[in-house]
Amino acid sequence: MTSTKKDPVLVVLQLSGGNDAVNTLIPYGDPRYADNRPTVRVSEEQVLPLNDHLGFNPSMAPLKELYDQGKVAVIQGVGYPNPNRSHFRSMDIWHTCEPDKVGTEGWIGRAIRDVDPTSENVLTGVNFGRGLPRSLAAPGVPVASVGNLETYGVLTGIQEEERGDALDIFSRMYSPAVGRGQVLDYLSHTGMDALKGADILSTAPELYSSNIEYAGDTVAQYMRNIAMVHLAGLGTRFLYTTAPYNSFDTHAGQLSGHAKLWNEASNAISNFYHDLQEHSASDNVVLLVFTEFGRRVHDNGSGTDHGSGGVAFVVGDHINGGLFGEYPSLEPGKLLEGDLHFNNDFRGLYSALLEQWMDIDARPIVGGAFEQMDLIAK
Amino acid sequence: MANQDVELMAHLMRRAGFSATYQEAEERAAAGYAATVEELLSPMDQPDLDMALLERYFIDWKEMNALEINQAYLTYRMINTKRPLQEKMTIFWHGILCTGNSKCEHGRQIQEQLNMFRRLGMGSLRDLLLELSRDPAMVFYLDNCMSHKDAINENFGRELLELFSMGVGMDGQANYSEDDVKECARAFTGWTITNAIPRYPYGRYPSQFAFNSADHDDGEKTFLGETGSFGGEEIIDIIARQPATARFVARHLYNYFVADEPQVPAWQETPPRDPEAIKMMEDAYFESNYDVSAMLRVLFNSDFFKNARFAKVKSPAETVAGTMRLVQDFTHPKPGLHPIAMEIRYMGQDLMNPPTVEGWHTGAEWIDSGTLVERINFTADQVGNTALPGVRAIIDRLSSEGLSEAAPFVDRCLDMVGSYQLSDETRDYLVSHVEKGGALEPGADDYGRRVGQVLQLIVATQEYQFA
Repeated sequence: MTSTKKDPVLVVLQLSGGNDAVNTLIPYGDPRYADNRPTVRVSEEQVLPLNDHLGFNPSMAPLKELYDQGKVAVIQGVGYPNPNRSHFRSMDIWHTCEPDKVGTEGWIGRAIRDVDPTSENVLTGVNFGRGLPRSLAAPGVPVASVGNLETYGVLTGIQEEERGDALDIFSRMYSPAVGRGQVLDYLSHTGMDALKGADILSTAPELYSSNIEYAGDTVAQYMRNIAMVHLAGLGTRFLYTTAPYNSFDTHAGQLSGHAKLWNEASNAISNFYHDLQEHSASDNVVLLVFTEFGRRVHDNGSGTDHGSGGVAFVVGDHINGGLFGEYPSLEPGKLLEGDLHFNNDFRGLYSALLEQWMDIDARPIVGGAFEQMDLIAK
Repeated sequence: MANQDVELMAHLMRRAGFSATYQEAEERAAAGYAATVEELLSPMDQPDLDMALLERYFIDWKEMNALEINQAYLTYRMINTKRPLQEKMTIFWHGILCTGNSKCEHGRQIQEQLNMFRRLGMGSLRDLLLELSRDPAMVFYLDNCMSHKDAINENFGRELLELFSMGVGMDGQANYSEDDVKECARAFTGWTITNAIPRYPYGRYPSQFAFNSADHDDGEKTFLGETGSFGGEEIIDIIARQPATARFVARHLYNYFVADEPQVPAWQETPPRDPEAIKMMEDAYFESNYDVSAMLRVLFNSDFFKNARFAKVKSPAETVAGTMRLVQDFTHPKPGLHPIAMEIRYMGQDLMNPPTVEGWHTGAEWIDSGTLVERINFTADQVGNTALPGVRAIIDRLSSEGLSEAAPFVDRCLDMVGSYQLSDETRDYLVSHVEKGGALEPGADDYGRRVGQVLQLIVATQEYQFA
C-alpha cells in the first residue's frame, strides 16, 4: 500500500474546545459569510485563498505552504449524525466512534491492539499530555502518557544522584513473583511496563538533534517531542497530543484568540513536518488534525458558540493533497439549527487512515463500514 | 497505645475517611474504636467547612460553575472535612448514582446533587432514591424531562432499576423484567424540571424539579408483581422493599469499604466474596427501615471489615486526598490547589464527570501504565518534600525516638504512612538501601533527607497502592 518498507505511523493532533471551521477554512467567496459574521469576520484581502470561494485563515500561512506542495488534505463538513454540542460528549464520540451509546474503548486503543496484540512493544502508542484521552484507552493496551519527555519517568522527583538506586529498587520491587494473586501480578506487570517504557523513551531526547526551532507553546513542544520519539526509531506507531484543554472554545474575543491558536498550531505542524523531512523520516508519517465540533455559523458579537460540522486536516508525503468533500452550505434553509451540516462521517475519515495508511481492517475499530475518501496516494 | 490499635485505626480512617496521620490515628485509637465509628456515623455533630471564609480565598466557589472549580472544591473538602465518612459516602453515591458533566455542563447543578448526597447519603435509602428522582441534574442527565405521557423515555426508569437500586440480577436470576422497566418509566412521566439546563449563549442557571400532572401517566401499572396507579413515589417504595435492593447496596458498600468485588455487570452470576458479610448488612437494612448508617455500623464493627487490610486498590481520590492529609498540605486555603485537584483526573477519576452512567470501574482497573506513573510520581514528590508539615512531623517523631538502625527506621517509616506492611523482600530492599546510605544520626542535618528518601520508596511500592 505504502511506498516505503518502514511501518506506517499515525500522529494525531487534537484541537480541544471546538475549532471554528468557518474561520479556519473561510468561505470568503460566499456573501453569506459576511452576513453571518458581522464581527467575527476575516476580511477578504487577508484570506489565504485556495480557490475563488475558499481560503485559509491568515494565521495559517505555514500550513498553506504545505497545502500548496500537495501535502495537506482538507476534509470539509466532517462530523456525525445528530451532532452533540457538548465538548465532552462530542469528543467522546470522536474518541470511541459510538455516537448513540457511551463507549469506553478508544479507536486508537483498538488500533494499537490490532497492530501489537501481545503488547510486545510497550511504546506502540504514546500520548503526550497529562492523563490519557479516551481515544487511546483500551483494556490491556499499554500506552505511555508523557507530560514532559525530557523529565518523563518513574520517580522523577528523586534527586539525580539517588535516582539510579531508587529505580533499581523499583525494578526489583515490581519484578514478577510467584503465587501472589492476580491483582499483584497485574500491578507488577504494569509497573515493569511503565519502567521499561520510560527507560526507552528517555533515550529519545538524547538521540535528537535538529536545525528546526519550535516555538515555546504547548502544541509546538509536544509536536517536537513526537518528532523526537519518531526519530529515535522505537517502533512507535501511534503518537497523540492535544492542544491545551478547551483552548479552541472561542466564545469571546475570537478574532485575536483564534488567530493566535492557529498561528501556533500551523507553525508547529510545519516545523514538525520539516523536522521529519530534514531527517528523511517524513515518508512513513501521516498527521491527522481534528476537533470535536465546528462552531455556530452566526457569530455572537465577539465569538462563536458551539456548532456541528467541522473541518479536519491530514498532512503527509503520501497524501492526496487538496479539498475533500463539499463545503457545507451556508444557506439558511440548509443549516442545522444554525450550524453547518456535516456531509463527511468522521468514521469514514478514520477508516481511510486505518485501511489505506495503516493497512489494518477499520470495521471492527470504527464500528462498521463507512464511505472512505481517496486519501492516500497509492 | 498498643501498636495494633493504631494499625486498626489507620485502617478504619483509610476506608471510612481519607486517611489519618499517625498522630491522629493514635489519638483516635486512645478514644477507642467503637467511639470513633460512632463519631464517623454522626457527621452532623462535627462542624462543616466555613464556606464564608473559604469563598474569600477561592472566589470561584461562590458561583461554582466550571467542572475544575468543583473538583478543586471537592479536593479541599476531602482533605479538610471534619466529617470524613459523610464525604466518603458522598463520593460513594456519586460513583453509583452517576451524573456527568459531559452532558449537564453545569457544575453547580451537579454539586447540588452532591450536597443532596451529603444530606441524605447516610440515611434512609428510600428518601435518597426519591430525592435522586427529583434531582434536576439527574432528571436532565437521564432524560426524564424528555419522558412524556404519550412518548415514554425509558432511560431513567431503566437505570433506576439496573444501576441505582436493584441491579440486573442476583443468584443467577433476573431481578426485574423489561415490562417492569416500562412500567417504572411510565410512573415517572411528568417528573421534570422547570427549564432544561441551557448552554451558551444564555449562560447557566439553576433548574428546579417540577411535577407536571398533565404529562403524568396515572393509569394502572403492574410493577414487580404489584398493581396500582403508581406514581414515582410508590415505585420507590416498592423498590426499597426488594431483597435485591438490600443485596445491591450491601454489595456496593462491601466493594467500596471492605474489599474489591468483581465489576457490577458480573453480579447476577458471580456470588459475593463474603456472603455472610452481605447477609449481615442486608439484615441491618431491613431491621432499620432501609437505613444506610445501620448497614455501615454493622460493617465497621465487623471482623470481616477489621481483617480486610489492604484488600482494595486505592482510588485516585483516596490517593490524592490521603497523600495531602499525610503531608498536611492545603489544610488552609492557599494558591496552588487546582493542580493538586487535577492529579485525580490524571490518575483516571474525573470527579463529577464519570466515563458513563455506570461510573468508574474500580479495583485493579484504576491502574494502567500511565496512571501508575502518575500516582507514584505525585505521591513520591509530596512525601519527599521535607518542608511540608506532615513530613516534618514524621522526621521529628523518628528523630525523637532516636531511630538509628536501618530496620527499625524503615518499619517506623511504614507506621508513619499508615501502618503499611511490605513483603519481606521489598522490606529488605529498603533496609539495605538505608544501610548503604551510611549511619543514621537522629537530629543530624541529613536525617530528614534520609526519611524523605525512604518515604518516597515506600509510596512507590506495590503494597502502597492498596488501601
